[in-house]
Amino acid sequence: MPSQDVLIIGAGLAGQRAALAAAQQGATVAVVSKVHPVRSHSVAAAGGINAALNPDDTWESHAYDTIKGSDFLGDQDAIEIMCRAAPDEILWLEHAGVTFHRDDTGHLGTRAFGGASAARTYYVADITGQAILHVLYEQLMRHHDQVDRYEEWFTTDLVQDAGGRCIGAICRNIRDGRLEVFNAKSTILATGGAGQVYTPTTNGLIVTGDGIAQAFRIGARLMDMEMVQYHPTCLAGNGILITEGARGEGAWLLNAKGERFMEKYAPNKLELASRDVVSRAEQTEMNEGRGFPDGTVALDITKVPRKRTLEALREIVNIGRDFAGVDITREPIHIRPGQHYIMGGIKTDVHGRTSVAGLYAVGEVACVSVHGGNRLGANSLLDTLIFGRRAGEHAATLVRQVPMPKTPASHVRDTERRIASIIRRNPTPPTRRVAAIKLELGRTMNEHVAVFRDADGLAKAHETIRRLKEEEPHATIDDTGSVFNQDVIGAIELGYMLDVAETIVVAAQERKESRGAQFRTDFPARNDADWLKHVDISRNGTDVPHVSYSPVTITRWEPEERKY
Amino acid sequence: MAEYTLKIRRADPSRGVVAHWESHSVELRESASVLDAILQVKDERDGSIGIRCSCQQGICGSCAVRINGKPGLACNTHLEEAARRDNGVTIQVEPLGNMPVIRDLIVDMDAVHWKKIRRVTPWLLAKQPVPEREYVVPHEAMVDVTQSMACIQCGACVSDCLSMEVDREFIGPAALAKAYRFVGDPRDGEQAERLYDLSNDPHGLYDCTHCFNCIDACPKGVAPMSQIMRLRRIAGSDQKIEDRNNGYRHEQAFVKNIRRNGLLHEADLLPDSYGGKMHPRAVPELIRSLPTVLTALARGKVTLFKALGHPHKAPKEVRRIFDTIESRPERIELNLYVSGIEDEPLRAARTDEPTPIHLPPLEEDAE
Repeated sequence: MPSQDVLIIGAGLAGQRAALAAAQQGATVAVVSKVHPVRSHSVAAAGGINAALNPDDTWESHAYDTIKGSDFLGDQDAIEIMCRAAPDEILWLEHAGVTFHRDDTGHLGTRAFGGASAARTYYVADITGQAILHVLYEQLMRHHDQVDRYEEWFTTDLVQDAGGRCIGAICRNIRDGRLEVFNAKSTILATGGAGQVYTPTTNGLIVTGDGIAQAFRIGARLMDMEMVQYHPTCLAGNGILITEGARGEGAWLLNAKGERFMEKYAPNKLELASRDVVSRAEQTEMNEGRGFPDGTVALDITKVPRKRTLEALREIVNIGRDFAGVDITREPIHIRPGQHYIMGGIKTDVHGRTSVAGLYAVGEVACVSVHGGNRLGANSLLDTLIFGRRAGEHAATLVRQVPMPKTPASHVRDTERRIASIIRRNPTPPTRRVAAIKLELGRTMNEHVAVFRDADGLAKAHETIRRLKEEEPHATIDDTGSVFNQDVIGAIELGYMLDVAETIVVAAQERKESRGAQFRTDFPARNDADWLKHVDISRNGTDVPHVSYSPVTITRWEPEERKY
Repeated sequence: MAEYTLKIRRADPSRGVVAHWESHSVELRESASVLDAILQVKDERDGSIGIRCSCQQGICGSCAVRINGKPGLACNTHLEEAARRDNGVTIQVEPLGNMPVIRDLIVDMDAVHWKKIRRVTPWLLAKQPVPEREYVVPHEAMVDVTQSMACIQCGACVSDCLSMEVDREFIGPAALAKAYRFVGDPRDGEQAERLYDLSNDPHGLYDCTHCFNCIDACPKGVAPMSQIMRLRRIAGSDQKIEDRNNGYRHEQAFVKNIRRNGLLHEADLLPDSYGGKMHPRAVPELIRSLPTVLTALARGKVTLFKALGHPHKAPKEVRRIFDTIESRPERIELNLYVSGIEDEPLRAARTDEPTPIHLPPLEEDAE
């Protein structure tokens, strides 16, 4: 029975950064991840990471851009913390070995990104997330005496003591099916977002909202769940992402008539307006008949010098070739908005603490909130690292005052029974498989809870989710084995996804205005008087989740009209 | 849409299920991926098929398998392309080689791949003193190591490494490419120590046999073998590390042999690798190689005349190539990461101005 000061669930950028920070503070650390850490979805982050590190840039400018990007829903105290800490974090990464792009003088070089008033995005070609993730993993290997890694262990439950404090988790070793209790003085959730709730999505198959649902189920409060980002440039059909770096390097968006339509929607920033603005512009072009017949517009990367593309956008050259059959250095590629990121998540303070004692959340699973209604490109890596570090440090200092908790064995037996009952399922007549239910969920979300929303669509989505929730416990399971039984994990993940989907829909129904990624065609204007506040969601038994509100923290930037 | 026969190699050693082929018919567009086909079967017919996968865009490195005999990612291998390696309709998918199978298409990466990665001290040993701001290093150097940084740790190269097949302890292509990522990084302070270590490891740098399998296998253009050769050039030519495996001397003997003979003259290679026929190091090696020589003679692979005589003499052109390359002030490393740009010149990795290779015009060959 592993017992560590700090238990970290999830080993993407946020989890690994938290682990290193906690170890640095002298805590013993366990990192549990359902995939090998370098497979975590942070690996797919392409374009870069923002920081006001140039002497002629300021953290205030970065903070303002972030707040404006958030449509004034971001909490400004948290945003200040993040933007002030960003330059030192970049240097920490550089010293740890990240191969950041250099300019001709050998110093760190930047590229432009959406919604930013300066070129402040640091990058490694278009594999920035991969480069940082692999370097952090190098550091985890280096500090193996302080950080125990549990790779390919699936967390089934968070454990609470009688007082409601989170005292660890129960996890299943995917390799042999064995359950194990992880006791911890503090638990940090870093399980990432919930993109698989949508079909298509840019997110990997592992991104199933596990942490959001697990925390929600033990009573943690969620926030801003309606804020789901659609990335402007995804391939039609499979939803694969073309990095914003392409537009940062100078690529244009064109409609079927060959018009550079962003001139209409964002005359100053054009293609580099914030993502919600660009995605809505594309969707509007398509809805008004100026898209291509395959439901797309075009991204013209031939505007970028070919050598530059091959050096700095190498990954999307491969993606174009392998997944769309297009040489992006020679011809435009067809793209459309696609689900990419969830700004909302488990509500935390600036140390990553959730509303459940002993439980922290960092990265996409959390909502601090630094992204508010819309996240700027290249701010997510920053969010994971800054708040990952802060939570790791905070959790580590706290543990000195807390005795090591112990989970009663009965908890494990409950989980064992639950998993056994999934494996034993033998429904007659045969029911649908997990994948079929998941597909219906994903398509429903993508139809009704997307770039444009309205009351009718949201109600339909909610009805479908409630029906799928009834169906989910009876889904057919084929695998009866114990070694790498991915079927059982899929069944548990489906439950997580349905819980998360419902909170998204309920929050979207609640917010009767348009702000950031939430655009209600039935309430098309932003309404600061009534809705400059967070929508909080908490569990309400098996009923529709409970809604409440919390204020937005404003330090020095008053809300104003948002124009790009 | 087209119909394919998907044959999956399945096994579950924990339940005594031995490896066997299972066939499924799938209908998908030609440009769909092998992973799409596997997931179609897994999602709709049999959820017990074991395969690691996540991103479906060739970046997470989870889904490396062997497809019709060639290792690669299932998610970025098109069905049509895969089927073309066979009869146009059959796609055989099996787990990676050189690693134990856990179940179906899932292998034990930790027991082999990650163990080898850990062997090469896989983290930056930062050059001291650490600057207050960033290290100032050439743009080209960062692009250069980014090629090995692009490795997604999928294990495809490990799967088909021929040297590893005969020497399980060989550090192997992925881990050595990872080693180059630090040796080539001007911010690392212990390059010499790393190279000394890797050269002297009997399963290290000089264990690679240039079979090119890893270059073919790599889905990300990392070209592990090229990184291994770079490590050798820096260890040998630059740092003059005389390893106990005799790797560097062997390489020098090879060069000398070709310069002299134009074609490889095997009989000279071994003694030269040990410092010449009369060198005290060479004598025991020559005696030890006698059985091999005798077997070769007996089977007619070598004749006595060939073994002792010098059937070839290098033509002038060969010598001229050597002279030209060796007279250059600096070695040119072609950066393969930014290559293949037909309308722009290739850049040298470590110099500002690329020096194209110009050989002096050949005189009419008198011989």
